Amino acid sequence: MTLTSLAFYLFATVAVASSFMVISSRNPVYSVLFLILTFFNSAGLFVLLGAEFLALILVVVYVGAVAVLFLFVVMMLDIDFAELSEGFLQYMPIGATVGLILLLELLLVFGASSSLVDTNPLPQATPEGMTNAEALGRVLYTDYVYFFQAAGAILLVAMIGAIVLTLVPSNNPKKQNISNQTARTRDEASENVDIEPGQGI
Amino acid sequence: MDSVFFDTYVWPALIVTAHSLAIILALLVSLAFFMLADRKIWAAAQLRKGPTMVGPFGLLQSFADILKYLLKEIIIPTTANKPVFILAPFVTMFLALSGWAVIPVNEGWAVADINVGILYIFAISSLGVYGVIMGGWASNSKYPFLGALRSAAQMVSYEVSIGLVIITVLLCVGSLNLTDIVLAQETVWFAVPLFPMFVVFFISALAETNRPPFDLPEDESALVAGFMTEYSSTLYVVFMIGELANIVLMCAMCTILFLGGWLPPVDVAPFNWVPSVVWFILKMGLMFFMFAMTKVIVPRYRYDQLMRLGWKVFLPLTLAWVVLTAGFLQYFGMAS
Repeated sequence: MTLTSLAFYLFATVAVASSFMVISSRNPVYSVLFLILTFFNSAGLFVLLGAEFLALILVVVYVGAVAVLFLFVVMMLDIDFAELSEGFLQYMPIGATVGLILLLELLLVFGASSSLVDTNPLPQATPEGMTNAEALGRVLYTDYVYFFQAAGAILLVAMIGAIVLTLVPSNNPKKQNISNQTARTRDEASENVDIEPGQGI
Repeated sequence: MDSVFFDTYVWPALIVTAHSLAIILALLVSLAFFMLADRKIWAAAQLRKGPTMVGPFGLLQSFADILKYLLKEIIIPTTANKPVFILAPFVTMFLALSGWAVIPVNEGWAVADINVGILYIFAISSLGVYGVIMGGWASNSKYPFLGALRSAAQMVSYEVSIGLVIITVLLCVGSLNLTDIVLAQETVWFAVPLFPMFVVFFISALAETNRPPFDLPEDESALVAGFMTEYSSTLYVVFMIGELANIVLMCAMCTILFLGGWLPPVDVAPFNWVPSVVWFILKMGLMFFMFAMTKVIVPRYRYDQLMRLGWKVFLPLTLAWVVLTAGFLQYFGMAS
């Protein structure tokens, strides 16, 4: 028990500290790197809860794919630090207001229902005698199969939408025909020319 | 009280530490010989002898090389982002080494025989891209940056097909545990019924580890040395060890997923006398030989061809195979 809570406080502290660094560091690339650290520590918290499947999916999807794309975009930004600090002063009041409202809401939620901060034992992450992936699969593909399918369809439509939006029709598309390229033989690709000395082609 | 604390926390921690250290040490020493094997195979295919001077048959060449790198001065470009520049190679190496925590070289030999082992390896190998991106960006130079961008797109693309191949195998096994995956191949190795997936996995593993013919992030004819251009001495050798450890990890993955892990090819007299570990290492060696031969034989891909192969050939193929396998297992009532 002591070791578990020690690990919990370690992961939680690092997660909170690194998520603070995400919004406070000047360099956007550092922000993304700290975001990745936050994801890692959240994955650690999932493992402590006994949800190791969820933890690894978090790492695979968010760290392995989403954050890579973030980093990809952020690395190509041209950063002007002077402009950044100007923007900070300009937007500070709005940001502070939003933050304050969120804080108040959180306090209200915890204040209203004291049962949330109760020290009830946590519910078991998985039923007895079942692995994590198995339990999740049973719930997702039997009880909620239609919702799952609907979510898949929505994602598909979103993906097609994004492709259609960025597809600019061009009258000079530099497309490659792979079958033409591989079907090309030496005879049609080159020719042997016997050139007289001093003549040129 | 004291002895209870010792028995529950200290002693297991000591055992796990010793186990991990033993595996890392064995791995690092074997990496030196894998490196040498790579060079020797390359040389033999070109009718050269390869390294011959250090030790008998040049066996100690890699150690001499590593010593030479470690003794040189570390040069960090003045405009480089120093913390990230130094962090990048270590990220690559630590990720590659930590993947080995779950690899079962023999039944029950894994440091951590976790239930989601295959997912862990998949996560670790998908994180390998960070070392490359960070190194390329922190160098603050054009060639490394281009290499980093190439690598980011390439590794994300090939992860998709690797993931689907892994799903195909998992459908046949019904467990995410690596030991269970090996034990499910006692009758027949998955390389036989899932042969196309084996080929796809092998090619995707080449792309995922930036091996030739997909070494576009470090394409020397276009990008000098890609993301490693600004690296030298210790940092460079750490990057190299990380890359090589990743390659060997992929060989081990091929062995576990498709070649039956530590199981002998046929469970009869002369074959099952050989210790299981030897079989595992032999199979891994075979996979590494194929990796090395691909480097010798196949010319480098063009970047658009690489992307086409990943998204237009492997993705539909693996997706169709997942559906086919699932349907087959369900129809014949073999689904677990």
